[in-house]
Amino acid sequence: MTEPAATATGPVLELDNARISYFTRAGEINVIPGISFKLGHGESLGLVGESGCGKSTVAFSIVNYLGGAGRLTGGRILFEGRDTARMPAEELRSIRGGKLAMVYQDPMSSLNPVIPVGRQLMEVPIIHLGASEEEARERAVRMLREVNLPDPESLFGRYPHQLSGGQQQRVVIAMALMAEPSLLVMDEPTTGLDVTVEAAVLDLVRELRRRHNTAIVFISHNLGTVVRVCDRIGVMYAGELVEEGPIGEVFRDPRHPYTRGLLECIPLLGTDKHSTALVPIPGQVPPALYRPKGCVFAPRCGFVDQARCTTERIATTYVAGSQGHRAQCVRSAEIPKWRRPAAAAGAAVGKRDKSDVLTIDRLRKTYRQSASIFAGGGGYDVNAVNDISMTAGRGMTLAIVGESGCGKSTFAKVLTGLEPATAGKVYLEGVDIGGVPVERRDKRMKRMLQMVFQNPDSTLNPSHSVGFAIGRSLRRLKDMGRREARGRSRELMETVKLPADFVDRKPRQLSGGQKQRVAIARALAGDPDLVIADEPVSALDVSVQAAIINLLIELQASRQTTMVFISHDLSVVRYLADFVAVMYLGKIVEYGSADDVFAPPYHPYTEALLSAAPIPDPDMQQKRIVLEGAVPSVTNVPAGCPFSTRCPRKVGTICETTPPPEQLTDTGHRIACHIPLAELRAVEPVITTAAE
Amino acid sequence: MTAFFAKRIGMLFFIMLVVSFLVFLTFEFSPIDLARSVLGQFATEAQLAVYRAEHCLEWPFLERYLAWLGVVPDCKGEINGILQGYFGYSYQFRADVDVFVWDRLGNSAILALTAFAIIAPLSIVLGVLAGMREGSWFDRAISLFSTITTSVPEFGTGAILLTIFVVWLNVLPGTTPLEESGGWSIASQLVLPVTTLTAYYLGYLVRMVRASMVEVMARPYVRTAILKGLSFREVVVKHAMRNALITPFTAILLQLNFLFTSVVVVEAVFGFPGFGRMLVEAALRSDVSTVEAASLFAVLVVVTSQIAGDFAYMILNPRIRFS
Repeated sequence: MTEPAATATGPVLELDNARISYFTRAGEINVIPGISFKLGHGESLGLVGESGCGKSTVAFSIVNYLGGAGRLTGGRILFEGRDTARMPAEELRSIRGGKLAMVYQDPMSSLNPVIPVGRQLMEVPIIHLGASEEEARERAVRMLREVNLPDPESLFGRYPHQLSGGQQQRVVIAMALMAEPSLLVMDEPTTGLDVTVEAAVLDLVRELRRRHNTAIVFISHNLGTVVRVCDRIGVMYAGELVEEGPIGEVFRDPRHPYTRGLLECIPLLGTDKHSTALVPIPGQVPPALYRPKGCVFAPRCGFVDQARCTTERIATTYVAGSQGHRAQCVRSAEIPKWRRPAAAAGAAVGKRDKSDVLTIDRLRKTYRQSASIFAGGGGYDVNAVNDISMTAGRGMTLAIVGESGCGKSTFAKVLTGLEPATAGKVYLEGVDIGGVPVERRDKRMKRMLQMVFQNPDSTLNPSHSVGFAIGRSLRRLKDMGRREARGRSRELMETVKLPADFVDRKPRQLSGGQKQRVAIARALAGDPDLVIADEPVSALDVSVQAAIINLLIELQASRQTTMVFISHDLSVVRYLADFVAVMYLGKIVEYGSADDVFAPPYHPYTEALLSAAPIPDPDMQQKRIVLEGAVPSVTNVPAGCPFSTRCPRKVGTICETTPPPEQLTDTGHRIACHIPLAELRAVEPVITTAAE
Repeated sequence: MTAFFAKRIGMLFFIMLVVSFLVFLTFEFSPIDLARSVLGQFATEAQLAVYRAEHCLEWPFLERYLAWLGVVPDCKGEINGILQGYFGYSYQFRADVDVFVWDRLGNSAILALTAFAIIAPLSIVLGVLAGMREGSWFDRAISLFSTITTSVPEFGTGAILLTIFVVWLNVLPGTTPLEESGGWSIASQLVLPVTTLTAYYLGYLVRMVRASMVEVMARPYVRTAILKGLSFREVVVKHAMRNALITPFTAILLQLNFLFTSVVVVEAVFGFPGFGRMLVEAALRSDVSTVEAASLFAVLVVVTSQIAGDFAYMILNPRIRFS
């Protein structure tokens, strides 16, 4: 060890040209060619970028845990001045979990399923602080209380599976903080959590950071979450840190074209398809083995200058007059100031047709739950979808939003006939399909309604070519012959902007975005009147997501297809949807045009959702509404308003006992709430833009 | 949970009833003339008729079965069947079944339990040690060893062991009559049969424990434990092992009934007076009562070890326990 011992003033973490490779049978794969950054005490740096950009590799290299195949092959990673890659195992162990702790992406699998959570917490002070059993127990309970977990004593003895996802992540955070670390590495800590839970966890992280002065490296693919907790942001692309600086500066004046590209493909809550264009980044991240010479981003860059960008490695330069804002771009000082791109004039937008393609009238889906596996009788009904009504006009997008367990997927299952409706009607072009299971639907009904799923990997049969998948729909739904279907498949491929020759490819030869395009082409094969898209973009990287959203908007405008778009992402819904239904515990709490739903009057739940949505713009002012407690179980829905157990605007016992009236405005905006409309109208908007 | 086990025990009795019926039915189709086989080929027709009448052999099948069960009176007019604790009369051994069957079962139990007492802990230790570092030399050695021992059948292993230790070295006895004979202690007589069983059954379990351990070591919660600063030993003992044993545990307990019910081969190789051999001999002679007693005992072992496996699974896995 050549470095002097850490002092309070030195950086907590310093990566000095760290070079990381994985060693496989194919030889060395250099995933991080050389990354440098520093983090002072109490500072927090967010690392963002699309998947495969090396964010997690950097996170795990900091704790020197790269698995058997990964190694630091050059440079240094210094934690409090000590080189983690070259210290003895004993010393490394004393740091890990003590001064240097980590929070992981999937809290459920990060906790040991067979050990009570309290015991897992107690281990930390026992190892690192030499605490006795009682002392450790006391500290663990105290820490559980500090991360705002209710009733820490009883929680102490519970097993991970008995906690909700948000509670599990709080336990993981508590475990990381048990030994007062000076650096916390968080790897996608809120990915997979519901938006209100995510907001609460981010609030907690910010609060704990302030209280303990812990430095944080926060890895995320979601720029909005980084804005919530970090003061600096680093943008990673293909293993390189292409831009880094104070969060406000980077967002207001991004100097690297990739950062601009990222910002341009994320829909910002508050913008929609009428006002803003989403601009996907062309091309794909190059694999680590085929890193282009010169700037790695050059092949996808709109500002590329072949002479200067593609010859040699690009140096990182500081932006003039800024506080530590740097970018790895030769044209960093030349490129114009960034502005969010506006929608092209007369952008492709469907016109409201008088006819309703889809009418849902008092739809209900009830599951019968037996009391226990062994007892025969008893049991109770679970209302997964409880008395919902709405309509969707031709060529319109109706979005269904809500957190997990709100019934949006059950609703999709009833529409597609995978589950029959218990009561109520679903009219598609005047035909009631609600009670008709899919196996009893005739060809016409099947053709009228098609589906696009969340995960394109599992939708396409890996052993058939994509042309076969599309062709089969054509042959079955449109009675086409083999040859005719083949020709039509090629046309459909071009409709979704894929080369026609791709029909012969197997799904494994396509990227995630291409597979989703194929899934869309398959859904369009029968010229459906209604497409149900269940989270079609949530598994995709942002630039791919933008391209798919654009494709959906365009196809819809040219074909006048009606779309039911199911999503948990409010920014995407705001951008894409014409009409929005907000669901909570099987009920629609608010329904109306997108403009109406996203502005006051709000249903208190919509207001809370909006306040929780992460917004990748530090200049947006967002009201924070903290929701207490968890979503009640579907077996224990309140008799009155389903939201009454958590509502911050609860009027009184009437909310618990009486179902709220559906209040209707003159624009057809419907809110199910006991609070009078006039009062809801007076609520100030959740999101306001700072003066521009 | 009580209801669950009550149900399983009820199931046990139901299975026993079904099995006993099926066994009885199977012997109905046996071509062996029981009276002839007991009295020998020189017996006269009259003698055979007397014997048949005495043992109710002329009765219809269902009535004989019910009489054996102890639900209806037998041909002596007594209700005396399995429900009354009477296992019936063995034509082959010419004695009531319970006179000799317990000895044989006891002998087999000694063999099976001794083998199990070695196999269970050894498979866990070797499997965990091999699986905690996938691809290490120890892991590869264990995998190779267990493949070899498992792929040689018991009679093969038995013959090899006999050749080495009895014929060449002459340090162990070649047969296991379970009586002090030829100066060999009973313990020394057990060495070779137990080793043969162990070699055959150990490999399978080691591989199972190892595979489970390899999987668990790659789990995020093991990574959490490592990055907490725990030593590798603590990670393995406190965090990985218990998770890794949940699945193989049931399989380990199931070995108990494999051992009990498939000791026949080993018994044959070593001349062991166990219940496996007894079962084979009785079956060849159409000796229904003995086969029934042995079958019911086998069912009892199988089902109880399954119940024990379920119970252990619940204890080990809190996700089952609290749902």
